[in-house]
Amino acid sequence: MKTVRSMILVSNDPESNARGSEKIFRAFQQQLREYGLMEEVSLSMVSDLGYSYASPFVLVYPEAVIYGPIKADDVPYIVEEHLYKGRIVEEKRAPAHELSGKVAWLSARKGTLPAQNRVVLKNVGIIDPESIDDYIANDGYQALGIALEKTPDEVISIIKNSGLQGRGGAGFPTGIKWGFVNKTYGDKKFVICNADESEPGTFKDRVVLEGDPHAILEAMSIAAYAVGADEGYIYIRGEYQLAIERVETAIKQAEEYGLLGENIFGSDFSFKIHVHVGAGAYICGEETALIESIEGKRGEPRSRPPYPTTNGLWGKPTLVNNVETLANIPAIIRNGADWYRALGTPSSPGTKVFTVLGNVNVTGLIEVPMGITLREVVSIYAKGMKSGSFKLAQTGGSSGSIIPASLQDTPMDFESYKRAGVSLGSGALLICNDEVCIVDLAKVLLNFFRVESCGKCTPCRIGTKRAYDILTGISQGEGTLEDLDELLSLNKEMLELSNCGLGQTAGTPLRDMLNYFRAEVEAHIRLGVCPTGVCPMSAS
Amino acid sequence: MPPVTINEEETILGVRRIVKRIGATRADLIPVLQAVTNEFGFISQPAMEELSALMNLPTKEIHSVATFYRMLSTQPRGRHVIQFCESAPCHVVGGREVFATLKQALALEPGQTSPDNKWTLLTTSCLGVCGMGPVILIDTDMYGNVTPEQVKEILSRYE
Repeated sequence: MKTVRSMILVSNDPESNARGSEKIFRAFQQQLREYGLMEEVSLSMVSDLGYSYASPFVLVYPEAVIYGPIKADDVPYIVEEHLYKGRIVEEKRAPAHELSGKVAWLSARKGTLPAQNRVVLKNVGIIDPESIDDYIANDGYQALGIALEKTPDEVISIIKNSGLQGRGGAGFPTGIKWGFVNKTYGDKKFVICNADESEPGTFKDRVVLEGDPHAILEAMSIAAYAVGADEGYIYIRGEYQLAIERVETAIKQAEEYGLLGENIFGSDFSFKIHVHVGAGAYICGEETALIESIEGKRGEPRSRPPYPTTNGLWGKPTLVNNVETLANIPAIIRNGADWYRALGTPSSPGTKVFTVLGNVNVTGLIEVPMGITLREVVSIYAKGMKSGSFKLAQTGGSSGSIIPASLQDTPMDFESYKRAGVSLGSGALLICNDEVCIVDLAKVLLNFFRVESCGKCTPCRIGTKRAYDILTGISQGEGTLEDLDELLSLNKEMLELSNCGLGQTAGTPLRDMLNYFRAEVEAHIRLGVCPTGVCPMSAS
Repeated sequence: MPPVTINEEETILGVRRIVKRIGATRADLIPVLQAVTNEFGFISQPAMEELSALMNLPTKEIHSVATFYRMLSTQPRGRHVIQFCESAPCHVVGGREVFATLKQALALEPGQTSPDNKWTLLTTSCLGVCGMGPVILIDTDMYGNVTPEQVKEILSRYE
């Protein structure tokens, strides 16, 4: 995505349209061209800004100023004042009392909704990922230098104070995990970067590894120093060929520069990193399965406890962190815990990288502060639905949930989502329109778990298969209402009895489907029709 | 994808070369199996027996690891391996229709190899390029935003 200074959104709901929003849009286009601002300012039409007396509106980010109602004649003045000279045009701002619904709400959050604030993706797309010099010129390896001048305990307390939570999906506080490994006695410890990103719809880690590989090496080195490790592994999934090459190049360069290897920066800290290429198994994203896999075995999760923090790789204390988690580390060390805490929400500090996918106009990667809402993501970053209207979003992977339209305005952070009974997952947002059938979607999700279940424990191996078969039956018009009870009890059994996260969360789509879309499922059973016309159903 | 090799002697020499280059410890097993798959297209029974001797592991242990991972194969595959992403992000943007067309064009079901040994059709979980789904991977060539109409043309690029 191109970096822009400002973002202009022109309302284009039917009401605004009737009042000349197309004309306003064209006026902006012409003015931006005149001032030569086309490269710095993005301009787009958005729908779904809601009914209001003040339409048509224009929203300008990062200030989140709303101008409205405006006419095409007002545009030259707004562009000159606001975008060229940087002064807000007070007299054209929409009066607060005239704003209703979503827009009023957006307005209330003025200033908290910046254009993308990049921490994790700071260098991605800006530096040459194959040049260590480029990375160093952009503050690279500075954080490692700062960390080595502190004691490991000081480094850990910075990470603890920053409030950083694991970005792999579980959201465990990173500093606390580091503290566990640090406190465990061991003659040998390991740091592992989990880059086996296989959650469907998630590719943020790939982009970080491809675009800024040195950031991960630097973060791993800082982590190793903090926990007392001298050897590390990056477990990259085999499908990510380019990421593997870039990381291998980066390791070679860092070794040549003395930033990896013996006595880094002349200290007594030494650290070595190996790359382990995955052989294709979703379950290896689970940390103990990943460890088994590095040891040359089938990637079957171990029983926990003991946790890897005490008994990890080859039985040694091991720190396992996700790529995105690590990518936050250098910036936190450089700028301090308070700086990081100022981003995001109090309970979930920092930014989150999301992949936006599905039936929307713009798909791709965004990095936004924690606490943004789904509605904002869809209307601002994804530029609205491509066709149809918003039905649901599926948040990434096994730890994700199905988010119905009623939760569109729930802040996306670990805490708020947990309170709403759903989960943020790994950061994929699969936006589905009303042409998507809930039974069909659940079937695809369960098929994924069925295929990827490692088969070690029975609830998961049998449960995912049984649930898939039931959903297939429903989609063919052979479902019964008792099936729905069985799906719920399968979810419960998998949740309570499975050995690892895959089985424990495999039933989530079943639960969410019946929570939010039960009527649609029952239509398949009681009426024998698939309301969206997706499911084959039988001819009878 | 290299041609299917069943020349036992060549396989054994190849396996020895790979183990010498990568190593013979337990942790080397997966990289070794990846290298064998890449060089010979699959891990044959003779290859497994030779590995068993070189790495001091029971054949069943090697078989158990080799059959666990999706990118390792113990079965010969066709000259070109087509992997179709069947995960949800590709599915909801038209993957269903593309897959139906693909199966029809090849006259294959997932897991099958065509009688002329040209194609093997596999389904795969997410390939991590979901922004441009539906996605098809043929050998190492990635095709994104595929429509049913394009399937025939894409297939015609392969000999």
